[in-house]
Amino acid sequence: MDFEPSDDQRLLIESVSRMLADNYSFAQRKTYIATPEGWSTAMWSQLAELGLLGLPFPEQYGGYGGGPQETMLVMQAFGRVLVVEPYFPTVILGGAAIMAAGTDAQKQAILPAIAEGSLKMAFAHSERQARYDLNDVVTTAKKDGDAWILDGSKTVVAHGDSADKLIVSARTSGERYDTDGITLFLVDTNAEGVARRGYITRDESRAADISLSNVRVTEVLGTPGKGLAIVEKIVEAGIAATAAETVGAMEAMNEMTLEYSKTRVQFGNPIGTYQVVQHRMADMFMTAEQGRSMAMLATMSLENDDPAERAHDMAMAKVGVGQAGRYVSQSAVQMHGGIGMTEEYAVGHYFRRCMVIERLFGDPAYYLQRLADEVA
Amino acid sequence: MDLRFTPEEIAFREEVRTFIRESLPADIHARMKLGHSPSKEDIVRWQRILNAKGWAGLSWPKEWGGTGWTAIQKMIFLEENQMAPAPELSSFNITMIGPVLIQFGTEAQKKRFLPRAANIDDWWCQGFSEPGAGSDLASLKTAAKLEGDHYVVNGQKIWTSTAHMADWCFLLVRTNPNARKRQEGISFILVDMKTPGITVRPILSIDGAHHLNEVFFDDVKVPTENLVHQENKGWDVAKFLLGNERTGIARLGKSKERVNASIDMAHHVNANGRPLINDPVFRQRVAQLQVDMKALEITQYRVVSAHDKAGGDRPDPLSSVLKVKGTELLQATTELAIDVAGPMATPIWAQELAAMNEPDDMLEASSASVGSYLFLRAASIYGGTNEIQKNILTKAVLGL
Repeated sequence: MDFEPSDDQRLLIESVSRMLADNYSFAQRKTYIATPEGWSTAMWSQLAELGLLGLPFPEQYGGYGGGPQETMLVMQAFGRVLVVEPYFPTVILGGAAIMAAGTDAQKQAILPAIAEGSLKMAFAHSERQARYDLNDVVTTAKKDGDAWILDGSKTVVAHGDSADKLIVSARTSGERYDTDGITLFLVDTNAEGVARRGYITRDESRAADISLSNVRVTEVLGTPGKGLAIVEKIVEAGIAATAAETVGAMEAMNEMTLEYSKTRVQFGNPIGTYQVVQHRMADMFMTAEQGRSMAMLATMSLENDDPAERAHDMAMAKVGVGQAGRYVSQSAVQMHGGIGMTEEYAVGHYFRRCMVIERLFGDPAYYLQRLADEVA
Repeated sequence: MDLRFTPEEIAFREEVRTFIRESLPADIHARMKLGHSPSKEDIVRWQRILNAKGWAGLSWPKEWGGTGWTAIQKMIFLEENQMAPAPELSSFNITMIGPVLIQFGTEAQKKRFLPRAANIDDWWCQGFSEPGAGSDLASLKTAAKLEGDHYVVNGQKIWTSTAHMADWCFLLVRTNPNARKRQEGISFILVDMKTPGITVRPILSIDGAHHLNEVFFDDVKVPTENLVHQENKGWDVAKFLLGNERTGIARLGKSKERVNASIDMAHHVNANGRPLINDPVFRQRVAQLQVDMKALEITQYRVVSAHDKAGGDRPDPLSSVLKVKGTELLQATTELAIDVAGPMATPIWAQELAAMNEPDDMLEASSASVGSYLFLRAASIYGGTNEIQKNILTKAVLGL
């Protein structure tokens, strides 16, 4: 075990932090959200220039060969400023899908395009009835010659409105809940029969409901019928990345709260001089550190080849980070008092991002129940 | 950055586990499995076995019989030893007075005391708290007056764990009552418990057992050669002691072992017509504890390896996180255990257990779990209360 970042990792943190310090103040972020896309295309180009859009991809596919730890560091930095660009669905989820299951030709076609910023992806998996059950897929794909016909609908697809290409899960055999028979498809968003309704989410990000009606698709990702294992790998990459993002958000909230406690005067003294406030902040600090440890666990387990162990660690991380994020973000609002309730002040925005991440791919209660099932 | 254990670390864990399995006396192991605290004799026996192996001076330098292990290795050892379960190394000897003497002691003090501390030829106790000096330790009043080649000590200590079985005591005394700051008039001295004028009076704790004592000093003569560091610089020594080597303070292996014991027991008791182990609320509670233990395990490795990398000779305020979270967990595991014991947690079984010809493990484990539950309420009080730990974090980490 060694927890120190390498020299290269330090440089990465520095360059990302510097870029965000110049471009991602809370005021600047507001202007990005106010654009028609809901995020900044200029920022997207900057992320490409810095090499971040290809960070986790192998060099032969136009990437930088970064591993889970590099992604963790970048996502932490993003969490500190609440980055709203579609990095997560494109690079993290899309990248994980292609790297896990893509053929060489698919990797060649997609990864370099993501890395240079010309291709945005989204993971169209969740369905309204499924809630958090990954195997609950009722969208269908029926064979038609050498193509497939997709029918169904997907919900709360992160950045589904701006994506160029979707990874769509559909049932090619079996019944609802069957673990076998799920297949992943690569679908162009301008394909006939794809309809998207984009909307803003509580964290000022974007998502879309997507309906697929009689969509003719030729490109399968991975082995037909064996898509669930890929879905799980995509979700695991997503859990690790958003866990790191939560850590960044907790850091930022704790810094904001500390700063506020030094400047806000009540009863003649800064509120940070009162022990009741100090101890709450000490609790927030300890909780954030425990959450950071669990985010590291998620990152570490991405490299574990045993799917059962990986799933177990991911469940632990989801519970630990989710609970930590909830405690720190609620406390941050509480310590700020009235101003923490306002749209104008940053802390509430972090609070809402934590709330959204907490229920992405399953909330702490959902994963705690899974862990409870394993107790023996 | 590599968050996985190295092959060497994995091999080391295996080596430790094997040694403990093969060397831990069966009777000690059996008692501890049932949740009993080890007796003085158990602790001494096991520490001497570890000392013979060269493993007792956990974090001491090699020249004083230390292991030379990395921070990660030390944590692995502590965890394996606690999970065995085996008696833990005497904290007074190994993590308190040992490192203090290595850091501040004279050559003569090191030679005289360190080998005996490693082997528990001397059992040490800690004379810090006083009736008027608990969390506010610097207000201590026990006085030591220099008279020629010795100090004369008068005063009273309280909450002195194991003083009734101790050979030596490391003591904080006031040597300058007129110092500008209270902290500047305190000295750290070593006292032979057989010295005339020392009276040890037991205090029974809420578990009905005798761990704690009051210790009275009445014109007790202590040779000046037993002064550690300089006169009136004892506060530095105390701070070092309280901040140093708190890495084992979380006692995570103990918590893990206790949770596993509760899981075992939950197979043998019923609730709502089914084994408790199948009760969803029980299972979620265990799962939550496992999550919290995992988080603390990683936090602990982070804190100790960062501390090691930084040279490892300065108190680390982050050890307060380990203390607070570790003791909260330890207490939660004792609550789990008594809730598994259920109604059997109520009676005091000592006489029944003693009268039995056939041992009743369930009865014995239930009884032991209650003792731990009651006594470990002290875990968030001793070693600096958890509230004091939050004060430390406020100051040292938040900078307020």
